[in-house]
Amino acid sequence: MSDHDHDHDHEHPGTAKDEALPGYYAILEISVRELLTEAGLITADEHRRQIEILDSRSPALGAKVVARAWVDPAYKARLLADGSAACEELGVTMYDNTRLIVHENTDELHNVVVCTLCSCYPRPVLGLPPDWYKNKQYRARVVKEPRAVLKEFGTVIPEGVEIHVHDSNANMRYLILPQRPAGSEKLTEAELAGLVTRDAMIGVTTVKLPVGASPGGRS
Amino acid sequence: MAAATQASRPAFRVGDRIRISDRTPVGHYRTPMYVRGKTGHIERVLDLFLDPEAEGYGRNEGAEIRLYRVRFKQRDLWPDYTGGPEDELQIEMYEPWLERA
Repeated sequence: MSDHDHDHDHEHPGTAKDEALPGYYAILEISVRELLTEAGLITADEHRRQIEILDSRSPALGAKVVARAWVDPAYKARLLADGSAACEELGVTMYDNTRLIVHENTDELHNVVVCTLCSCYPRPVLGLPPDWYKNKQYRARVVKEPRAVLKEFGTVIPEGVEIHVHDSNANMRYLILPQRPAGSEKLTEAELAGLVTRDAMIGVTTVKLPVGASPGGRS
Repeated sequence: MAAATQASRPAFRVGDRIRISDRTPVGHYRTPMYVRGKTGHIERVLDLFLDPEAEGYGRNEGAEIRLYRVRFKQRDLWPDYTGGPEDELQIEMYEPWLERA
């Protein structure tokens, strides 16, 4: 700034040394939030609480749901029939007015999820989406060339296996129920949950036993 | 009340052959370009949800419309699709975007 020629022996408001100036949308968010709070429509504590809820969600919740479905066929049937209700059975609430649909991967069918319009994601069961999920390249390409995109994730879908791409463009959210890996028969439900990753529940990879695990045994 | 009852009755059933309207309204909508004018089938009938085209302008009262899931063969979406003939894309679609085909 050419007109800013005084010595910097003081702090300017909002320009802490390590912090960039807030951008347009950050300022918009602050303004709307402060107006809503001043108008008495929301309280600061409600706002804080909602952030706390958002931050409390992680792929561990989805992994718990998947592991239960693997060990309990009746639960799996309920999960595939009504994802939201089955998650709520395990204490995972859908706090954001969306409904969950669960698609099962099998020997004949592989499912993968995208939101081509923005970044809709099953946050109640997986937490915040990874950056690549919001990336325009992923969103534009996976609907059109899913096999090529999955291969770039290291996931080769054999010829003859059908691929269903689910565009999460409106009110539903999608969780993929991955295949239980061969050799995991003796694992406990908690050990199984430990194998299930975020990416497998989006459908860009499969669930694998840890490298070096002895098939069928505990490692 | 009568209008609400009318709106709550789905106009399409699972398996119905449909085409997505090929129009370009001004405003907020959740119908990606790549499915417009394409032909598919109703995969499942969902509940009533707020019409995003009304909600985008703050009009929420009485603006609930039927939502569906629609399935397309990938080859019907992309002429140069190289995957299997049975590969599908499934997407949610609001009733005003559906036409019988």
